[in-house]
Amino acid sequence: MATFEITTRSIKGDLKTDTMILNMGPQHPSTHGVLRLELVVDGEIIVDVIPHLGYLHRCFEKHAEQMTNYQQVIPYVDRMDYVAAMGNELAYVLAVEKLMGIEVPERVQYIRVIMAELQRIASHLLAIGTYGLDLGAFTPFLWCFREREKILDMFEITCGARLLYNYIWIGGLSHDLPSDFGKKLKDFLKTFPKALKEINDLLTYNKIFIDRTANIGVLPADVAINYGCSGPMLRGSGVKFDLRKNEPYLVYDRFEFDIPVGEGKMGTVGDCWDRYYVRVREMEESLKIIEQAWEQLPAGDVHAAIPKKARPPQGEVYFRTENPRGELGFYIISDGHSSSPFRVKARAPSFVNLSVLPEISKGYMIADLVAILGSVDIVLGEVDR
Amino acid sequence: MTELLNMLIASVIPLLFILVYAIVILWTEIKVASHVQDRLGYMYTGGFHGWAQPIADLLKLLSKEHITPANSDKILFILAPVIVFAASYAAYAALPFTSTFIAANLNVGVFYIIAITSFVVIGILMAGWSSNNKYSLLGAMRSVAQIVSYEIPTALSILTVVIVAGTLNLQEVCEAQKGGLFNWNIFKYPPFMFIAFLIYFVASLAEVNRTPFDIPEAESELVAGYHTEYTGMKFAMFYLAEYANMFLVSGIAAILFFGGWNSPFGEFMSGPAWGVFWFVSKGLLFVFLQIMLRWTLPRLRVDQLMYVSWKVLTPISFANIMIVGLWAILK
Repeated sequence: MATFEITTRSIKGDLKTDTMILNMGPQHPSTHGVLRLELVVDGEIIVDVIPHLGYLHRCFEKHAEQMTNYQQVIPYVDRMDYVAAMGNELAYVLAVEKLMGIEVPERVQYIRVIMAELQRIASHLLAIGTYGLDLGAFTPFLWCFREREKILDMFEITCGARLLYNYIWIGGLSHDLPSDFGKKLKDFLKTFPKALKEINDLLTYNKIFIDRTANIGVLPADVAINYGCSGPMLRGSGVKFDLRKNEPYLVYDRFEFDIPVGEGKMGTVGDCWDRYYVRVREMEESLKIIEQAWEQLPAGDVHAAIPKKARPPQGEVYFRTENPRGELGFYIISDGHSSSPFRVKARAPSFVNLSVLPEISKGYMIADLVAILGSVDIVLGEVDR
Repeated sequence: MTELLNMLIASVIPLLFILVYAIVILWTEIKVASHVQDRLGYMYTGGFHGWAQPIADLLKLLSKEHITPANSDKILFILAPVIVFAASYAAYAALPFTSTFIAANLNVGVFYIIAITSFVVIGILMAGWSSNNKYSLLGAMRSVAQIVSYEIPTALSILTVVIVAGTLNLQEVCEAQKGGLFNWNIFKYPPFMFIAFLIYFVASLAEVNRTPFDIPEAESELVAGYHTEYTGMKFAMFYLAEYANMFLVSGIAAILFFGGWNSPFGEFMSGPAWGVFWFVSKGLLFVFLQIMLRWTLPRLRVDQLMYVSWKVLTPISFANIMIVGLWAILK
């Protein structure tokens, strides 16, 4: 039962009109989860947006302190950004390894790179697919899912899970790559560029799609930096910053790849189309990385460096990686004698990126808000943790 | 007595047609959508490619509870789907299915159809208002703005045909296109009749709220637009009306531009029975085109939609009608 709550606020102009409060979510098809947006609208023009969070809060940080050891935190980490679980595991594990000073074998590092990049492609496919869905195009969504399915199949034969893997362990991996992984990966590397071209033809360069996204939700570079945006949000605004290049971890410094940034090809630098297109081009770059990593993949034992018991020395560590959605950082404090972390704090990119939403969506229409929110590409599991 | 019987038959045939057509097209839409999206769609219900699924869906909708929101305007709420369906059903009366059957052979058939389909707008506005839901109201307001603006290019492109045919009677419009493919209106005054058809087709997509103009029921913004609060058969009425409207605009396109019930081969395969075949298959072809478009394109925004109507389609159709009119006088 909706009754009309009319506020006394009005926007500037010749005509004094009342604004209306419209609740979008928590159950709404395009809030990508249980996000609730309180919209102050004047007709269909947005005067203000107030995001309300916390519907999916699961006390991740407190949980992490209650585990009996560091390894047990990994499944919880999976459930943060659940469409890019590999990336989360990687960030957490690298942080713990840095704290413990573990050197992992080369093979493990290469496999981690391959998995992280495959996960990036899978995550971006979901992002651009649901973005099409937000704008009313249903077919690209399913085409993206078809491709994502191939990646999930590869993950499944590797570790048995399709969404939440618990694959990357402290000091190693849970399983080595299975024998048929190489064949599947090569198939994927061969067919994916074609599929990406199809998706581009259908959605990226569609006139209606460009009309809906170009010059919408423009995020200038300085605002993006001030709000701490990262990942495609930041790069879409033209800032060339990618932790894989700027602060290389694992073996990323051995690969040739570009960092795509928004160029304002269809409108202004930092509009929704730029953010979307950065994701499309990042998938191509990830493909390059995977190709090189697969060629250079050395032999070795993936379990060699796994410690019997992970008990880091007293101290603290902050480690950040480039997740599909941006900079994911883990801050871990160890008290030195206990086998569980004293404190785990996650810097979630979705949460930080979402904070800029009210800034970039004022003055646009409700339909544009859907486009803007889709281009921010939030995952509520990570926003609320 | 015979007159009454005739009236009954004349009104029942279009209704039966709509019901059978709706079931067929529901299945087609899902199957086309599935194949466009690289999947199978219905495969089990009834055996062959899930042919019985629409019937099962209909039974499900029939058995569903009717929920009327507590704070809604109950009379308007119940009346709205009826009006929406009745308006599109009434328009079928003036459609010549074949050379010997037309439910109401009106002298002002074109005018009647333009007028009666406008009632849909009232039904939609009633639905949006009476639901007492903000999303419904926004959807209804969008819908009304959209349909009212697109009626102008639609009517103007229909008028072009009226200039060519010299009559408002749809049966006579069909008669005038007799004698094979190249007597159809679409090939007259090239390329201006073709432009008129394009304008009509685009505008009619907006009239029936199909993608890329499905803004009133944009599920990613407005949940389900004006029919958010409707359940069961009341919801099914909106659905039925949408599909009935899809064939209506396609049928009108077939009559006005593609010879209606005329065979494309002149005398070959012509006659009253073949007439039904040609008319229905031409109509279904355009319905198929609408379905393909729906599963290919994203959605426009409200202001872009208005832009397309007022600044692109309306001026072009004005120019078009002038040129065709001048050409017809000079000839």
